[in-house]
Amino acid sequence: MLPELGQVTLILALLVSLLQAILPLAGAHRGKAAWMAVARPAAYGQLFLLLAAFVVLTVAFVTQDFSVKYVAENSNSLLPMMYRYSAVWGAHEGSLLLWVLVLGIWTAAVAEFSRHLPETVVARVLGVMGVVSVGFLAFLIFTSNPFARLLPAPLEGRDLNPLLQDPGLIIHPPMLYTGYVGFVVPFAFAIAALLDGHIDARWLRWTRPWTNVAWAFLTLGIALGSWWAYYELGWGGWWFWDPVENASFMPWLAGAALLHSQAVTEKRGSFGGWTLLLAIATFSLSLLGTFLVRSGVLTSVHAFAADPSRGLFILIFLGAVVGGSLVLYVLRAPRIAGGAFVASSRETLLLANNVLLAAACGMVLLGTLYPLLADALELGKISVGPPYFGLLFVVLMTPLVMLLPFGPLTKWQKDQPRKPFAMLVPWLVAALVLGGIAYFMAPQGPLKTAAGVAAGAWVALGTLRFVWTRLRANGKFTPEMLGMVLAHFGIAVFLIGALLVEAQNVQRELAMKPGQTIELGGYGFRFEGVEETRGPNYVSDLGHVQVLRGDKPLMRLNPEKRAYASGGQVMTEAGIRPSLFGDVYVALGEHLGDGAWAVRVHIKPFVRWIWLGALLMALGAFVTATDRRFRRKPEAPKPEAQPA
Amino acid sequence: MNTPSDTPGQNKSRGALVFAAVIIGLFFVGLMGLLAYGVKQSGRANREALPSPLIGKSAPAFDLPLLHDPATRIDNADLAGAPYVMNVWGSWCPECRVEHPVLTKFALTKRVRFIGYNLKDERGEALRWLEQFGNPYMLVIADEDGRAAIDWGIYGAPETFLVDGKGIVRWKHVGAVTDEIIANELLPALEKAEAQR
Amino acid sequence: MSALSRHLRVLMLALLLGVAGPAFAQASDPTPLQFRDNAEEARFHRLTAELRCVMCQNQSLADSNAQIAHDLRREVLDLMRQGKSDPEIKRFLVDRYGEFVLYKPEVSPGTWLLWFGPAVLVLAGGVIVLRIVRRRSAGRDVAEADDNQEW
Repeated sequence: MLPELGQVTLILALLVSLLQAILPLAGAHRGKAAWMAVARPAAYGQLFLLLAAFVVLTVAFVTQDFSVKYVAENSNSLLPMMYRYSAVWGAHEGSLLLWVLVLGIWTAAVAEFSRHLPETVVARVLGVMGVVSVGFLAFLIFTSNPFARLLPAPLEGRDLNPLLQDPGLIIHPPMLYTGYVGFVVPFAFAIAALLDGHIDARWLRWTRPWTNVAWAFLTLGIALGSWWAYYELGWGGWWFWDPVENASFMPWLAGAALLHSQAVTEKRGSFGGWTLLLAIATFSLSLLGTFLVRSGVLTSVHAFAADPSRGLFILIFLGAVVGGSLVLYVLRAPRIAGGAFVASSRETLLLANNVLLAAACGMVLLGTLYPLLADALELGKISVGPPYFGLLFVVLMTPLVMLLPFGPLTKWQKDQPRKPFAMLVPWLVAALVLGGIAYFMAPQGPLKTAAGVAAGAWVALGTLRFVWTRLRANGKFTPEMLGMVLAHFGIAVFLIGALLVEAQNVQRELAMKPGQTIELGGYGFRFEGVEETRGPNYVSDLGHVQVLRGDKPLMRLNPEKRAYASGGQVMTEAGIRPSLFGDVYVALGEHLGDGAWAVRVHIKPFVRWIWLGALLMALGAFVTATDRRFRRKPEAPKPEAQPA
Repeated sequence: MNTPSDTPGQNKSRGALVFAAVIIGLFFVGLMGLLAYGVKQSGRANREALPSPLIGKSAPAFDLPLLHDPATRIDNADLAGAPYVMNVWGSWCPECRVEHPVLTKFALTKRVRFIGYNLKDERGEALRWLEQFGNPYMLVIADEDGRAAIDWGIYGAPETFLVDGKGIVRWKHVGAVTDEIIANELLPALEKAEAQR
Repeated sequence: MSALSRHLRVLMLALLLGVAGPAFAQASDPTPLQFRDNAEEARFHRLTAELRCVMCQNQSLADSNAQIAHDLRREVLDLMRQGKSDPEIKRFLVDRYGEFVLYKPEVSPGTWLLWFGPAVLVLAGGVIVLRIVRRRSAGRDVAEADDNQEW
């Protein structure tokens, strides 16, 4: 009974979103206030209905209603309670419902926090968001119904994929979707501006906090995914340039470019057309990512189960939304002359920032789709992996990292190059010196270590120089400035972590019998044997490894190999001793007979700095979003740009 | 914030905009086309099979014992002179059981020499498997450690090769063989190979 | 998904996760490889990280637990010890499994777009930036902003 109710709420939500899409957009076009006024109530109504549907699905999981096909495929009577909740988004149908719910939350938030904007703008923005809702709800109802029944109901469900039975995986999708989906707001605004025929800096000021918040959540989501892969997959890697990872990274790169471009347009009026295009591109990349992950077009252990009919549906929707936006853009893109500026100015630096980020995004897209392209052009089956992406990404980001500290210290419009140079050169030298010291102190990988230290120090010191300049000037930091400082520090921290862990990590794998000890990286590891234990829905070989520093016992680690009752799938759980300056990481390999086991030991210096850096970046973006200036009531309209 | 540009500037920027629009348009259409192709391909059962780089090249040199009589060894020279179909299987491979009836039917037609390649199997298990399900093979060579399989580019089972009389690999199929595949791919390739002698 | 492809998927997943019970294949010896020294170990890890497991859903040869991955790793170490260079080892594997096995595609006419495309993007972007800057500063007397410029 309840699942049918869930289905009904979805259908109602589709109808409401149709109203939300059609009436306000038509109303804004015709100037009918009554139609435009439908937008807000429709948004709230949709959220209510989607929440109801989500709760119904959750109840089905918690009560283990195996007559619902999706529950039967992703749950099991032994599944611990905690994972029954996260199983709701464990596979395609449920995660799509989460996607749509998150969209509903963003829509309602926009409806709530836009009271100071003209009705036509609100109507258009909510209308566009309604169009997206219609597409996804239709997709959900017609091809991916989470409430479809499986009758007669099986006695036992298949089980949630054991890879997903983990706390990290509980929050990773919601964070990721909040980010992904959140880019619909700048997108909707961009479309609204194009439909309106005007672009005004004050509207841009309004979108900036939304874009920042979305990007912050996406940063957190990606960082969580990376951290999860590190501790769950058992080989100590934190990023693989897997197609599904890339699918989330492309909107991140475009979003980062968008954040910066919006700043320029909002403050100086320049590049309005480019900012609009970027807003369209960023959300298009979110849609592309959603498509890639669910259509089976790409090979990844991370992808959802493939189904060509679903792939086709999303592709058509993607084509319609993106194609329509691009057509609208070409027809209506305003050409604002904007303020004048010279080569030596912050405008130019931010243009360079955008070019490099856009090129990086393009590179990731190219590399991800190249195997498919090669297949289509009959060039054979090729692979594009970390050696390609890693190399080109570093090459493209190096100029960006070098230019970064100059941005905040260079004035808008025109500055004398020698001034920011003079401020920064001492710190560049300091960074190089630190790099040099690191080069000679590094036990291995001296070049990468030196590069990591120098780059991180350069960005950190350069940002500090800005802080100092500001303190000396008037000591006032807007939240926007504070956010920028935090985010740029985050980049410095990330650079150090990423480069140092690649350069300094050591690992060893060998057969060990109980009582044996090996040394690695200044630590001793005494293998004490493996015992059989049980978990709620698995049997585990629990390893005991004593970590020693010299001769003193430090702590005991428990790597595991779990065999899940539902399908016999074997998961490795690493035993990790986390620390700010380096992780100690132990994983169990195969049982070699006679009590001997293959044991893999890693030392991973500074690996936590990677996620710490990401955390700082997200925090910076959140802080920027709190800036009151963005929420100030817009002043009287100034002369606006006309469409081309 | 907005200064109307003068006319020549406007024309130049209009030209630039049209150029940009064309580029963006082409890129978008190309991307959609590529993704549509990808969706179509994803429905194919065999999309993850690796095409073999050995096609058109000589079969790798091998020297392996017979499963039924480990004292006897078979190498390329022993099989030269006429085409043969080689099927890679193992008692541990569920798909091999699925394709077995198809292979048995094909072997009974005695159209071509049909060799079995027992991959990474325990001898007793392999023999028991053949006893239980029937032995369609003219002979079975055993590769217990899988070293020779690497030279063939074998990465699992079932896989099936067609090698012609001159020892050139003509055709490979990854995954279970069906009647359609035999009729539409194997037999035509075999006829071509025989015609070229 | 047809029953056939489901079976294949199960097999692949089983092999991927290294499930090798007694009813299944005589597993490759899973004993970890022994290295003669750190340099050999480092080279091995670097090389196998650049090679793809031919059977898995996107995993490197270094990380995969599939049987074929075990076998191929052993093979790579043997070849290293026979004195083969990295390019020779890669060629050995490409001759048998195809270009698919390389995570770093060879630079050939078929991959020019891949390797040089991003550079072209950056150059094009740079040219556009140059033209924009020229247009924005041309003919106007741009005053230098004062030091207390609003952020």
